[in-house]
Amino acid sequence: MPTKSSTKIRVQNVRKAFTNDKVNLQVIEGLDFEVNDGEFVAIVGPSGCGKTTLMNIIAGFLAPDSGGVHINGVLRNGPNRKGIMITQQGSVFPWLTVKQNLMFGLPDEVPNREALADEYAELVGLKGFENNYPHELSGGMLKRAEIARALVVKPEILYMDEPFSALDALMSLRMQNELLRILAIEKHTVMLITHDVEEAIHLADRILVLSPRPARIQASFEVPFAHPRRVSSPEAQALRVAILKELGVTETV
Amino acid sequence: MKGLKQALPSIVVIAIVVGIWWAVVAATQSAIFPTPWAVVTGTLELARDGTLWEHIGASLMRVGAGFGLAVALAIPLGLWMGWVHGAFVTLNPLFQIMRPISPIAWIPIAILWFGVGNASPIFLIFIASVFPMIVQTTVGVHTIEKRFLRAAENFGVSRTKLFMKVVFPATLPQIIVGMRIGLGVAWLVVVAAEMIALRSGLGYLIIDSRNAGNRYDLVIAGMIIIGLIGLMLDGFMRLLESMKVVRWRYAH
Repeated sequence: MPTKSSTKIRVQNVRKAFTNDKVNLQVIEGLDFEVNDGEFVAIVGPSGCGKTTLMNIIAGFLAPDSGGVHINGVLRNGPNRKGIMITQQGSVFPWLTVKQNLMFGLPDEVPNREALADEYAELVGLKGFENNYPHELSGGMLKRAEIARALVVKPEILYMDEPFSALDALMSLRMQNELLRILAIEKHTVMLITHDVEEAIHLADRILVLSPRPARIQASFEVPFAHPRRVSSPEAQALRVAILKELGVTETV
Repeated sequence: MKGLKQALPSIVVIAIVVGIWWAVVAATQSAIFPTPWAVVTGTLELARDGTLWEHIGASLMRVGAGFGLAVALAIPLGLWMGWVHGAFVTLNPLFQIMRPISPIAWIPIAILWFGVGNASPIFLIFIASVFPMIVQTTVGVHTIEKRFLRAAENFGVSRTKLFMKVVFPATLPQIIVGMRIGLGVAWLVVVAAEMIALRSGLGYLIIDSRNAGNRYDLVIAGMIIIGLIGLMLDGFMRLLESMKVVRWRYAH
């Protein structure tokens, strides 16, 4: 059992509804869970179940109707650089070079901003591309730049909302391995939203399955396999089938 | 070599137009309408006695002043209107009403206010080019993608940094589009404005050549020079569009 002090994120009775044209759409209905310091938690769920809404609430971009999110025991009140969001679309600024993007989040008073940016560009494998503009990079390199820009500000938490979904299958897999390699060096707490169950098994320590709207936690799975993982192993496949079953997909192995 | 190959069809078309012009003038034996050659010799005559450069210089100076003033006002104003909703809803209706008014319609008022000196055409150019630039700049701010503003919010940057590193560079491509439109309109208007009064400028050259003895060779010379300089000005603006900090918006 994790001790109380190692709880990084506590989501308590979060509810959220969207109202438009007098239709009240309850998106999240009383959600409770905790994420421990350094833990990698993946959230899977049917599309439209409110995963992104949940992530936006946890990261502070959206206020819940009731309930609250505590980070390090402090009630979340707006986004900040201790938790950086990485989305499917990406948000690397196209008008800044890779290096300028990496330096963007670093306050001016941080010493050696340039050296730090170079260090993280190298960490994600972008050495030699520091002075390129994003439109000169491939999709995978752009993702690396975004991850580096997040890591360089030394956040405690990474919020990843379908981060690799826009990449082709091969590049997605490659980026998953990259992410694991980087996380082995820099211990971060990670929340990952994905619709790809194999990706969740490959990366996460724990997988939460959300129900269809209004979202609540339907099931929770520990992923007890040591890294590097083989998603094709019988144990991993059994876990995959169990998760898919929770999602309402039956598959014969 | 490749550039030449690409330019070849357009050169051929221009040559054909000049050829037809020459043939028609020769066939009709027009006493007034000049041949292309007469236009060339007329132009050389103006270039030799120096008046051509004075006219070009005068027109460019007026465009530079009017357009420069317009840029200096339109970009800050457009950014402000784009960023502050209250400023937009307050000012936009006024500008939308003023924008479709042709700058030519302002000529009587320009003369009333500024007389027939340099100030009138400069004012007209200002009026003509300021509105498209305000509108484009405002649109540029309004169309900044939310994901970029959100990223800036996530990193918790200062307002100054948000403006300098996100809002302004994100809007710059639209600002340049506005400047291109504005400069094009400015050049159209300077010629029209110079036709009214004054003693210099390419517009004056055209009207004066006609009034002073039906020198249609100089009229057409003036027209062609206006066209060529307009093309050059647009070329300068295109150079701005090829800057790396804005290429993301125009690429594909």
